[in-house]
Amino acid sequence: MAEGTIDARLDLQGISKSFSNVQVLNKITFKCLHGEVHALVGENGAGKSTLMKIISGVYRLDEGKLMMDGEDRLFNSPREAQAAGIAMIHQELSLAQGISVMENIFMGHLTNHPLGLINYKDLASRTLKLLAEVGLKGVRPEDIVSDLSVSQKQLVEIAKALSLDAKVIIMDEPTSSLSMIETENLLSMVQKLKQQGISIIYISHRLEEVFQISDRITVLRDGISVGTWRPEEVTPAKIVALMVGREASETLPVFHECQKDLLLEINDLSRPGKFANINLSLCKGEILGISGLVGAGRSDLALAIFGVESKVQGSIKVQGRLITIKSPADAIKAGIALVPEDRKLQSLFLGMTVGENIVIAETEKNHSFATIDRKKELAVSNGFIEKLKIRTQSSQQKIEYLSGGNQQKAVLAKWLLCNPQILILDEPTRGIDVGAKEEIYLLIQDLAKQGVGVILISSELPEVLRLSHRILVMREGRMAGELERSDATPEKVMLLATGQNE
Amino acid sequence: MGSEIMNKAKYRSPFKMFKELGILLALLALCAGLSIASPYFLEGTNLINILRQISVIGILAVGQAFIIISGEIDLSVGSVLALGGVVAAEVTAKGVDPILAVLIALLVGGLAGFTNGILVTKFRINSFIVTLGMLSVARGITLLITGGMPISFNSVASFLGGGYISVIPVSVIIMFAIVMLGHFFATRTVMGRNIFAVGSNKRAAELSGINVVKVKLINFTVMGILAALSGVILAGNLLSASPSSGSGYELDVIAAVVIGGASLAGGEGSIIGVLIGAALLGVLRNGFVLLNISAYWQVVAIGVVIVAAVGLDQLRKH
Repeated sequence: MAEGTIDARLDLQGISKSFSNVQVLNKITFKCLHGEVHALVGENGAGKSTLMKIISGVYRLDEGKLMMDGEDRLFNSPREAQAAGIAMIHQELSLAQGISVMENIFMGHLTNHPLGLINYKDLASRTLKLLAEVGLKGVRPEDIVSDLSVSQKQLVEIAKALSLDAKVIIMDEPTSSLSMIETENLLSMVQKLKQQGISIIYISHRLEEVFQISDRITVLRDGISVGTWRPEEVTPAKIVALMVGREASETLPVFHECQKDLLLEINDLSRPGKFANINLSLCKGEILGISGLVGAGRSDLALAIFGVESKVQGSIKVQGRLITIKSPADAIKAGIALVPEDRKLQSLFLGMTVGENIVIAETEKNHSFATIDRKKELAVSNGFIEKLKIRTQSSQQKIEYLSGGNQQKAVLAKWLLCNPQILILDEPTRGIDVGAKEEIYLLIQDLAKQGVGVILISSELPEVLRLSHRILVMREGRMAGELERSDATPEKVMLLATGQNE
Repeated sequence: MGSEIMNKAKYRSPFKMFKELGILLALLALCAGLSIASPYFLEGTNLINILRQISVIGILAVGQAFIIISGEIDLSVGSVLALGGVVAAEVTAKGVDPILAVLIALLVGGLAGFTNGILVTKFRINSFIVTLGMLSVARGITLLITGGMPISFNSVASFLGGGYISVIPVSVIIMFAIVMLGHFFATRTVMGRNIFAVGSNKRAAELSGINVVKVKLINFTVMGILAALSGVILAGNLLSASPSSGSGYELDVIAAVVIGGASLAGGEGSIIGVLIGAALLGVLRNGFVLLNISAYWQVVAIGVVIVAAVGLDQLRKH
């Protein structure tokens, strides 16, 4: 034990964290040694990023201990964590785009001149040294960051971490937008950092990389640490099983057969840079699950069908009729509805009332130039509030004050009012408590029973497995495979999603 | 269920009511103070004079309110006003029927506004920049048309600016008509509510099927027409169209809208509030004249009122 404490650069003991009564992390124990590459894997929502945000000072832990080099530490801000030698390289890079490489690297400590004057010559020569260290050739200190490629930016981030004398570098999905060669470069950089005694916490969905570079792998699931293994002790398939390994869904509800009438046919749909050659069909009353990792192109596909993305190629047929969808209004007229993934950014009018939020799409669709019939609107929105059990003081309450689950139900009400034939749901239960989740599941099944075709995009495997007749799996903008309900298991989906089946 | 609907029949939340109540009380307090300080304040001619003075700002502020609620801004209103007045006068001087001349002026104003709208929506240039450009361009065209000299504007159309119906100035009647129309549009029509939706969350509005481009184009075009109408009224009042009229009005107009409770972030505001905001500014100006305080202090006071009104509004919200 004594030896372990000395060896451990970072030692997390019994870390717990909850957000508004939802336990996100439950007594996590995690240790990262000097000069170790420690991979952290788990499904979306398993608690990886929350744990990393605790380490890097963004969140405060509720319970537990964070030790660094044998010392009890508590970081109150990212700045404090940074000063202690913890650097985080985010999935979406956090460099300032409009300024130079050297200013980015030394941001926050550009100078210690009493008048705040900057010695750019000196800055440039120090930057050059760092750039050489991370193997960034062809980039000059005075280059503007927005002109660099993603992989170059990543290396600049690493150089920045080195300039801060980082002892621990956290990398969150660093290769998600890199090409193969760039990935290889990054991985060899990781090896080099390791040899300098820097500890690396490596978060990735790409298991081949994880097995290639890590010394140990820790699996998180539902906020619990399932265990830590050396790569030679396990196989990728075993890791996948550990990631998803919970019992099959609680109670299997009544399941209905879908009809065979074709509702939606998508042929060879592509959006350069987002997804390519997507074919799919949807029948009346069918729930079609689309699974895949974050960034696999699922949401982009949904937005494209709904007419938001421009530059989309391919054809869309609704009930056998070829249609052109150039805007959401076209899609709505064709009987399509979309509940987008980000409620706050894409769905809600926070300053407006629950009732206004419910009627807004239908009034635009059917009575764009009419006066408002308040009596009718009141009756309609109260009807939905009752039917979907939306908990609100009244339909005149501002929607801002409702819980996430009730807000989402109001968004669903907005679309049900438009009587869609095709309902696309993108992460419909994200950030919603268990009770409201069940109610939304039942509602989805009820709609399908009435003949609505549902496309269910979700990162929560149990949800997709429980509700879908068929499951399509997307990976890196392409269809990776299709599974029938009877055939689908969490392992098979994850293998397709991570590309481990090849 | 039935009684529940009855309970909820009051459409406007007390929150919103109170919001307008706040500035209304401020206006009434100011009026009360002035009526004590000056015996002339409550005289009919003085009150009508105030209304006449705020009519142009009031009309402009209705259009500006819709633009600000949708999350944009129009700085070009003062220049488009001058352009409208000058076009009406110049076309009349060329021998065209005065009524037709006014319609042409409104068309030109609408065109200027439509241009603003196209640049904001299709070319995605920030409305602050676009309308700052239009502020300069429209003023420049006005100066080119007139050669820098005022043009006489004495025709039947001058009635819009200088006429009276009984003792009420026509411009005041026009202002009240536009305010009522604007209020009805904002609170009782689907398109009006869509403007709030666009300002509240542009992305969500798009994804709800609302044509955001159309909403903004209509807003800017209507603003242009209202600005030209204001120009005609102002020219009619003075019986001459000056190329420098309306300069600096954009600030008064934005002040009236903001004092009236609109948020520059969009999604919030009311037309009744705008009218009260314009009245507050008008009464304040009038008070300084009646009390014989230097006009320079008036400039200072208006600045303080703008910041105080918005500051108090923030306090109320948090």
